[in-house]
Amino acid sequence: MSAKFAVTTLVLAGAMSTALATLAAAAPLTKAEGDAAIAAKKEKCFGVALKGQNDCAAGPGTTCQGTSTTDFQGNAWKFVQGGTCTSIELPGGKKGSLKPV
Amino acid sequence: MPPEPDLGFAAAFAPALLDPVRLAPEIVTGPNGKAPGKRYDVYRNNVTVSLIDALAAIYPAVQRITGIDFFRAMARFHVRQTPPISPLLFDYGRDFPAFIAQYEHAQMMPWLADVARIERAWLDAYHAADAVPVSPAQLAAVAPERLGDLVLIPHPAAGIVRSQFAAVTIFAANRDTSPVGRIDAASPEDALVTRAEFDVVVRHLPPGGAAVASSLMSGRPLGEAAARALDAAADFDLASNITGLIEAGAFTSIAFGDV
Amino acid sequence: MTTAIAPDMSAVPLRYSAPIGGVAGTSFKPEHLQAILGANQRRGFFEVHAENYMGAGGPPHRALEAIRRDHPLSLHGVCMSIGGPQPLDKAHLARFRGLVARYQPALVSEHLAWSTHETSFFNDLLPLPYTAATLRNVCDHIDQVQDAIRRPLLLENPSTYIAFRESSMSETDFIRTVAERTGCGLLLDINNVFVSATNHGFSALDYLADFPLARVGEIHLAGHAEQADDEGDLLLIDSHDGPVADAVWKLYEIVVRRRGGVPTLIEWDSKIPDWPVLQAEAAAAQAILDRCRPVGLTGDRHAA
Repeated sequence: MSAKFAVTTLVLAGAMSTALATLAAAAPLTKAEGDAAIAAKKEKCFGVALKGQNDCAAGPGTTCQGTSTTDFQGNAWKFVQGGTCTSIELPGGKKGSLKPV
Repeated sequence: MPPEPDLGFAAAFAPALLDPVRLAPEIVTGPNGKAPGKRYDVYRNNVTVSLIDALAAIYPAVQRITGIDFFRAMARFHVRQTPPISPLLFDYGRDFPAFIAQYEHAQMMPWLADVARIERAWLDAYHAADAVPVSPAQLAAVAPERLGDLVLIPHPAAGIVRSQFAAVTIFAANRDTSPVGRIDAASPEDALVTRAEFDVVVRHLPPGGAAVASSLMSGRPLGEAAARALDAAADFDLASNITGLIEAGAFTSIAFGDV
Repeated sequence: MTTAIAPDMSAVPLRYSAPIGGVAGTSFKPEHLQAILGANQRRGFFEVHAENYMGAGGPPHRALEAIRRDHPLSLHGVCMSIGGPQPLDKAHLARFRGLVARYQPALVSEHLAWSTHETSFFNDLLPLPYTAATLRNVCDHIDQVQDAIRRPLLLENPSTYIAFRESSMSETDFIRTVAERTGCGLLLDINNVFVSATNHGFSALDYLADFPLARVGEIHLAGHAEQADDEGDLLLIDSHDGPVADAVWKLYEIVVRRRGGVPTLIEWDSKIPDWPVLQAEAAAAQAILDRCRPVGLTGDRHAA
């Protein structure tokens, strides 16, 4: 460890004992508790943003069948509004958009 | 070893599968000399649709954000440019976030690629090897003077995604079907993805948390990781970061020294 | 992060379940897990695509272990690219072997098709010409798979939409010769026979009469969709997204009468219905298996 990045045993031991005491005392935050904690004291929290969903988001499966949906043609771009992107905002009133820049 | 000449059928059959402009290969035909066009198109369609469907299954939040039509058009370009190289479909789409980042029609959604990176980390965690996280008791047994050299071995499912945007909030809001309210995309958010047992959990990391977690997960000793974090921000809360990482199950075991 | 099973080439003996006889089973879909575990069903079996269980760990293996605890399993590979000109992917073969060793399935099958060319995996079962050269190549590949898994493989007949000008033998002659040379068993997909017969204008009954039924160790049944070719004629798509067609049920009865009880799988892979719907399809197959006994001893090439 270089001198530039030095930390004392005391600091480490203090942090570790605080961490272990917290782990012993507290159950993990639920999503709601995490959200509340983030809102109240954002800088300290490991808030649970999303948990589980194993069944509805399990990723792709292989296929051994053909598909009856046709969707292989086209190199053209169609501008179709849809999705939730319009409620996601950037400063200056710039919203997500499917329109070209 | 190149295939013998009589086995050239795959080389003739394959190129038009991902190119809708090419004609059906000369080597195929319908029955009794019927045209092969729409028949060959069935294969083209199966390949394209199944691979777009695979991306949609890996990136459901991205699809919800853009809407299905936008997503499928974007995914179609990617599928043609970068078909899978592995028969394991859950490994597909690793290059999709980078594709999104440079995709001209997604430039108004600069946070979209980071949302995709979280979704990719989610699926990696889902399929990662099972392992038991390190216990507080194991850490409690470490003598204080050895804490500086403590190395934490990362859990196979643990991953970190850093973003200049509110990628974690956007991801979480779009991963199911409940309504999405207004989201300010501008605040930077880093994600910690873990699967201590069977549920993949995505957490917000506090400021400075991703740096210390990455440092520890890449095998740097606790003393060095802590010193760098405190050097970057004097008020860095080391204790709560250790608590959060252990609670999340980001590590499986401990070692000592510069491994 | 690892997502692949480490090749396990240790000397673990590959034991496997006893033959399961004339029972009907279904594809296993994770969304049905709770319904299946809650139903306390005794008969039947479940089939999974091998590739979906080639991750290192996590919920997929937990689900498959839960299923395997109470039911015979059929491991159905879809990506081995046995029909392709390239050498088999050794890493993929090792993963396949690892799954066979781990889950000891009652049935292990793969397709007469290819899906990888050079470095691209196309995620579809692509067709091959039937020639002396492709025959040698397919036999070679099946020998390698059977050496790896130390048991016979069941090879499935494909559904196809085009034919190759260079083909010099019929599909049934090709499949019979492969089975004779490699000792592999066969998975007869009757929906595939019906789809191909319609698409190529041959008789499904003639195909079945010519098919080496004595080597059939499993039957597949599935639904198909209707489209049209360039001339506007009916073109069937092997879509596995609905109930088994009446015509396919009729062919199935004929096969069961000739062949006797064979494990029979209802495949349903898209627009997946609630569990009771899938279960009812399997019950319909089971009723035919229980009702139809073979009429006399069947040879390989008796007329239907």
